[in-house]
Amino acid sequence: MKPKRTEDQVLAPTHWVDGHPTLGEITDDIAHPMEARPGKGWWICFGIALAALLNLGGMVTWLIANGIGVWGLNNSVGWAFDITNFVFWIGIGHAGTLISAILLLFRQKWRTSINRSAEAMTIFAVMCAGLFPAIHMGRPWDAFFIFPYFPNQRGPLWVNFRSPLVWDVVAISTYGTISLVFWFLGLIPDLATLRDRATGKIKKFIFGLLSFGWNGSHRTWARYEIASLVLAGLATPLVLSVHSIVSMDFATSLLPGWHTTIFPPYFVAGAIYSGFGMVLTLLIITRQTMHLQRYITVRHLDKMAKVLVLTGSIVSYAYATEFFSAWYTGNMYERYHFINRATGPYAWCFYLMVLCNVITPHLLWTKKARMNAWFLFAVSILVNIGMWFERFVIIVVSLHRAFLPSGWGMFYPTAIDIGVLVGSFGLFFTMFLLFIRFLPMIAMWEIKGVVGHGAHKMALTTDDDDDDDDGGQGQGEREVVNA
Amino acid sequence: MTTTTEGRDKEKERWSMPKNLIVATFSRPATLMHAVHAVTKENFRIYDVYAPYPVHGLDAAMGIRHSRLPWVTFIVGLCGLTLALTFQFYTSVLDWPLNVGGKPDNSTLAFIPISFELTVLLGGLATVAALFFRARLYPGKKAVLIADGVTNDIFAIALRIRETSFDGWRLKEILKQSGASDVHEQEAEL
Repeated sequence: MKPKRTEDQVLAPTHWVDGHPTLGEITDDIAHPMEARPGKGWWICFGIALAALLNLGGMVTWLIANGIGVWGLNNSVGWAFDITNFVFWIGIGHAGTLISAILLLFRQKWRTSINRSAEAMTIFAVMCAGLFPAIHMGRPWDAFFIFPYFPNQRGPLWVNFRSPLVWDVVAISTYGTISLVFWFLGLIPDLATLRDRATGKIKKFIFGLLSFGWNGSHRTWARYEIASLVLAGLATPLVLSVHSIVSMDFATSLLPGWHTTIFPPYFVAGAIYSGFGMVLTLLIITRQTMHLQRYITVRHLDKMAKVLVLTGSIVSYAYATEFFSAWYTGNMYERYHFINRATGPYAWCFYLMVLCNVITPHLLWTKKARMNAWFLFAVSILVNIGMWFERFVIIVVSLHRAFLPSGWGMFYPTAIDIGVLVGSFGLFFTMFLLFIRFLPMIAMWEIKGVVGHGAHKMALTTDDDDDDDDGGQGQGEREVVNA
Repeated sequence: MTTTTEGRDKEKERWSMPKNLIVATFSRPATLMHAVHAVTKENFRIYDVYAPYPVHGLDAAMGIRHSRLPWVTFIVGLCGLTLALTFQFYTSVLDWPLNVGGKPDNSTLAFIPISFELTVLLGGLATVAALFFRARLYPGKKAVLIADGVTNDIFAIALRIRETSFDGWRLKEILKQSGASDVHEQEAEL
């Protein structure tokens, strides 16, 4: 015999949503931003983002017309802002898959409020990331050469499948595709909800087209959940592989500062750290401007802040290991690189990185700090800055003083370098702002599952099978029962 | 349990249209579960349940078999793996062997990352494609809703009216007693 549930335990599953909204209220609340006229805040943000995006278009056109000499690249530093931005954006994307796939497998209920927007963020970040390898080629119109294709018009010469750069192309394309499919699959039931409440003809048509005739059949739901689980299972090793492969772009070279085996886990931890930083930045603004504090509560922010502390600590440990290994190897080039990193002309970048990535996360050890949205917002901005500089330090500082002093040089960004970086933020934010305006930024059906399951348990105090069958729903309940 | 052929016939029957159904709607998942248990207890076969979210415990209550979608993932994933390994072997060993840093032509270890990515890519896409195919979901399909609000906050049970050994009166009684907000007969092209 199981003990009877007390009222507190019964209410536990609604822990992640404030108040006790009914299912209909959840639909109304989440659909509201799409049905109401956007506020001033949205228009201002959108205006700025769109301007930056247009700027990106101009800059890239200029770049392609004139060649990559318009960037500050030179013989010593052949990769700079381009690849820094690429790694930065790919890293940002990792939080979305982590939240939607890994936390799904770990049955973390708090993901339900934030997974949709985090996944969207992933897709937009991968778009930004994909831009850079394409435009950093001397002849971007030949970018398709990186894919093997039939008929092979390069003679029988194929791409070099032993090269991490080719692995990278495949990994990023796969990651982008699977993320997009996973995200769209999650959207289908919500698109059906929107279709059925749409009043305008155009909206009804578009949502009808995209919702694939979804009618809420439980036989479909059962298959749908299995498919989601399978995709989550596939996406989990995928997300770990993607940044590992990105790190191998560097690690398989012989350059001091790059040639190290710690890179894959170090990059993955850094990616999750920066991704959660960006999720926090976006969600803190969005919950405020879209009035969704009821669903994205400070308790969600608290959880994400804890991930920042964990991954920030891993990243700090990796920084320390790099220095230790450089000293321990006794290799003069390796040693010099790390002395140069901390005392050379780019030392300020290094210290800024340490400040943002090593010191900042430790401000989040107290619950008070983690529950303060605006404090967290400031921290998240620092995390974004720190992680951009981490990639800059790894790439530019390693390249600018490699082996022979005669081959040393400096990199100074040009206006085009900075313009393209700012422009990529324009692309990212334009997409994100359009997303929160036209699509449900919180997964309605998943929130309903969390809330509805609570109501279900409340009524069925003698229910005998729900604990075994509740699948992804059990965790939050247990948490509170133990508390 | 039905045998495979019988099961297939049932499937065909499910796919044809239109159908005469007894539909009961509920506003709360708890009453829905009560009704499902009550109905299956008296050996009525539930055609389908409609809900705004996957209600847990329904699979067992309705007697839904485990989905075979993971098999699709496994088989197509395996094809992806084989395809990627074969293709890389063909290009690097048979078609145009190229000496890269003195590494062997068949650098199988170096081929693993791409093979892994293709396994995941094809396995993932095939799973979703199989889901869409099996659940008959496709772009632009006209949705047939069994009741207003099943994608919002209403739960519904649908049972097919059979010609033989079907006590519709008794069924409606059970549904009403378990707290249905509405019970009615309707014809639907599902």
